[in-house]
Amino acid sequence: MINLFEDTIAAISTGVTNAGIGIVRISGDSSIAIADKIFRSKVSLKDARSHMVYYGHIYDNEDIVDEVLVTVFRAPRSYTREDVVEISSHGGSFVLNSILKLVYKNGARPAEPGEFTKRAFLSGRIDLSQAEAVMEIISSDSRRSLDNSQKQLNGILSDTIASIREEILSETAFIEAALDDPEHYDLDDAYNERISSKLQGWLKKLNDLIGTAENGRIIRDGIKTVIAGRPNVGKSSLLNLLAKEERAIVTDVAGTTRDIITEKIRLSDMVLAISDTAGIRESEDKVEAIGVERSLDEIRNAQLVLFVMDITSPLTDEDKSILSDVDISKTIFILNKSDKVADSEAAEDSLPTEYKNNAIIFSAKTGFGVDKLVEKIHDMYYSFDVDNDVDIFITNDRHVHLLKASYQSLSNVDKSIKQGITADFFTIDLMDAYTSLGLILGIEVEDDLVDKIFSEFCMGK
Amino acid sequence: MNYVEENYDVAVVGAGHAGCEAALAVARMGLSVIIFTVSMDSVALMPCNPSIGGSSKGHLVREVDALGGQMGKAIDKTFIQSKMLNKSKGPAVHSLRAQADKQMYSLEMRRVLQSTDNLTLRQAEVAGILTEEVEGQKVITGLKTVSGAVYHTKAVILCTGTYLNARCLYGDVIEHTGPNGLKAANHLSASLEANGIKLQRFKTGTPARIDRRSMDFSKMTKQYGDERIVPFSFSTDPDSIQKEQVPVYLTYTNEETHRIIRDHLDESPIYAGIIEGTGPRYCPSIEDKVVKFADKDRHQLFIEPEGLYTNEMYIAGMSSSMPESVQYEMYRTVPGLENAKIVRNAYAIEYDCLEPEQLHLTLEFKTIKGLFAGGQFNGSSGYEEAAAQGLMSGINAALSIKGEEPLIIDRSQGYIGVLIDDLVTKENTEPYRMMTSRAEYRLLLRQDNADIRLTPFGYRVGLIHEDTYQALLEKNRLIETEINRINRVHLGANKKVNDILKEFDSAPLDTGITLADLMKRPELNYDMLSVFDENRPILPENVREQVNIQVKYSGYIERQQKQVEKFKKLEKKTIPSGINYDNIPSLRIEARQKLSKFRPASIGQASRISGVSPADISVLLVYLEGYGG
Repeated sequence: MINLFEDTIAAISTGVTNAGIGIVRISGDSSIAIADKIFRSKVSLKDARSHMVYYGHIYDNEDIVDEVLVTVFRAPRSYTREDVVEISSHGGSFVLNSILKLVYKNGARPAEPGEFTKRAFLSGRIDLSQAEAVMEIISSDSRRSLDNSQKQLNGILSDTIASIREEILSETAFIEAALDDPEHYDLDDAYNERISSKLQGWLKKLNDLIGTAENGRIIRDGIKTVIAGRPNVGKSSLLNLLAKEERAIVTDVAGTTRDIITEKIRLSDMVLAISDTAGIRESEDKVEAIGVERSLDEIRNAQLVLFVMDITSPLTDEDKSILSDVDISKTIFILNKSDKVADSEAAEDSLPTEYKNNAIIFSAKTGFGVDKLVEKIHDMYYSFDVDNDVDIFITNDRHVHLLKASYQSLSNVDKSIKQGITADFFTIDLMDAYTSLGLILGIEVEDDLVDKIFSEFCMGK
Repeated sequence: MNYVEENYDVAVVGAGHAGCEAALAVARMGLSVIIFTVSMDSVALMPCNPSIGGSSKGHLVREVDALGGQMGKAIDKTFIQSKMLNKSKGPAVHSLRAQADKQMYSLEMRRVLQSTDNLTLRQAEVAGILTEEVEGQKVITGLKTVSGAVYHTKAVILCTGTYLNARCLYGDVIEHTGPNGLKAANHLSASLEANGIKLQRFKTGTPARIDRRSMDFSKMTKQYGDERIVPFSFSTDPDSIQKEQVPVYLTYTNEETHRIIRDHLDESPIYAGIIEGTGPRYCPSIEDKVVKFADKDRHQLFIEPEGLYTNEMYIAGMSSSMPESVQYEMYRTVPGLENAKIVRNAYAIEYDCLEPEQLHLTLEFKTIKGLFAGGQFNGSSGYEEAAAQGLMSGINAALSIKGEEPLIIDRSQGYIGVLIDDLVTKENTEPYRMMTSRAEYRLLLRQDNADIRLTPFGYRVGLIHEDTYQALLEKNRLIETEINRINRVHLGANKKVNDILKEFDSAPLDTGITLADLMKRPELNYDMLSVFDENRPILPENVREQVNIQVKYSGYIERQQKQVEKFKKLEKKTIPSGINYDNIPSLRIEARQKLSKFRPASIGQASRISGVSPADISVLLVYLEGYGG
């Protein structure tokens, strides 16, 4: 086995979180030697068995930095097919960074974003579509999203697209053959009818796939959610309750026009992406109002509004003024503080009928109503899970873009036929569609595709 | 021992369609050139069909002309019928085809060669090339003829066509000759192989020539040429070539023909296994057609005159290598040929040619500096394909001697680019024929705009005269101005306009529209809309044609241009010549082998090698970007 790369790379390969455990990953020829310089244990790592965990300590000269577990993966039985060492530490990000700095000091260089996967790819360990799916798996937050990434990896999407692509190719080949051998192949009106009916079929299939993208986005990115309501109704209690029940994950969502902090909260098998939560996080005394003006955009763009009300006081004018900007169909009314009233049903009944269907009697304090809330959100947004075994959701923006491009190209052919343009023109758009679909499958080459895929990785994957 | 010794800048081996263009290009670029032919009677010989052009081949002739080549001018002087094919289809597949008077064509080309300065035409068989090692690189120094004469040159261009170790076959008759019974060249192959050049064996064939007096044309369909003849050459004045044309005749084979062929199939040297060479799939013999299209009960045959001064008629569509007696039998089943008298037998010809991946895109050998190759020797078929390569090899040999940048036409610039790229990049197991389907960017590579595409290159290398170039710039300016103008002319939806549209069978207007947008309707064109266009300037026909096509199909043209941009990105990613593919473990073994064999110049070229998958290309892209490259 030839070594492709002379240098050894390292990075923290777990996300930058405050989670308990983190891993420093080192890959390359000198990874074991480098680790040996800072790791002390009963066994030297150069004698360590592959895929076995060793207990010991990381030292900076004579100072103990942390108590760690170290695993050696010997080439080629590793992710990159190089020698890989993984140091698991219990320290927080400060300790992890100290270990990483020690690794750098002893001869590794910082890994570029996606470089481990790039090495895995270049060593022949994984192919491009797998690399792309790896990226999706890494950035997926819910179990369903993970399922979907793996399904894409396994090729249900590939099969659907490949079959459309095959048919496009066969029609293109027929047209081309007819141009060069008109004696044996005929491009008459009957042919136009034939390709027309095929086109309708392809357009429908692509349209269906594109249609799943919206659901796909919900699976991948979570439901865009806003918690709204006047002050002191219990918005932050609700958030804290949800966040406490399930582990909160904080992510920076890059690429949005404004640098909004989105808090992702896992609820059962769903993810809520609660945006603009800074204000809600603050203690309720300090909260003026939710700042209707400021969060108007948030509310409008949200897929789900959790409108919190105080069950002990009736619908106020302030409530109404906030609600005037809210699309009722995507709103759940949370009648909070039910622990404080004896007859919560009566309070619910006092609501206008158009609200009542989506109202939940709730107590952020006792947790009453959480099950109902989960069920409700599930009904509203995750009802597409019938047939989940065969259905596929397009979650990759690049895929969505390419599907739309091929849809557009095939629409152009349709237009050409209707305008009476001769078949030799069809092939331009047919080949565009063919290429776009091929790019999804990774069987067409685009010069910047590779960069695109690898640069989307977080550091250290 | 005394022997003749002469000095030239360039020697061209072979004076067929490739050799003539190569030698003329070199001489016109100011270098001295000697061109060898085995017979003075075979200069620019058309040993097969009596026509120039046709689908996609017509494009090649136009391109050769736009670059400053001779073929278009020669056929404009010697055609006896001319037709623009595919006129019912889009402009990309319009293709010019002319019946040639074979003798006259050949004589005309010989006249041009012999009246060109710096050019020496010599009848002699070349026996070998001469090379020496300079700093570890093999370099050409000249060549030697069978008489022992030595010619010292800086470059040699091999355009040996179908002559190398040629043998002609029909039935069990084998003749060791080139086409038409001409002398084969039996010495050069050994010299080439001794210099490490890999050769392969290809075959092609030709139908019988039949005496026209033995034919009954009343049983066939007469086909005439165009009423208004379009010249091949951009420099030919259309008015100067309008003339009386001769018809060709259409007839068909039938079940009886096919039965005879099937019954005697084992007597054909191909099916009997005597021929080792691979034949062309796209120009099949009648035996191949009967086998391949077993469900077809007839095949088209065009009966074409070989010239004005001969009775010989060419039976297009029925090439064969059957025994003489079977040929009589099968031709005589065809309506109109019942009493056919054969003048020349149909035959198959087998010859040595190059494995063309040994060439750079400049058509220079990768391993021998100064040695170039063009034409059928490179594994192509057809006069036009040969001429195009001959021209490019001549241009690049001259540029190389002058120390100038080579000229490489890429796939988005011309059919010539497609042809050469395909030849040197793709595994070719049969004679390569140009086809419209091989050109990805067909809509941009039209025969009508070959001058706009390529004449600037011809000007750069010195094959296009200053006046011609200035005229092209003026043409471009007129086109651009007029397109801008009609994009600004608005038509209102009034009764007068709608009445006229009704006469054109075109839907009435609901709202105002620009003239340019109205032109995009399939039933309308630029000239028809002059009725709406009071301020239209008087423009030459070739300008009006371009305005019409460029506006009418602008949407398609723009989309195709986007495809070209993508293509160029990969072409621009060059691969270092020293790359060792064995150092990239993630390339599949087959890809490693193919890449090592073809040594592509760019990622784009690599992606077209069969056996190199897109996944391999992705690996290469990642590898080249910073690692090891």
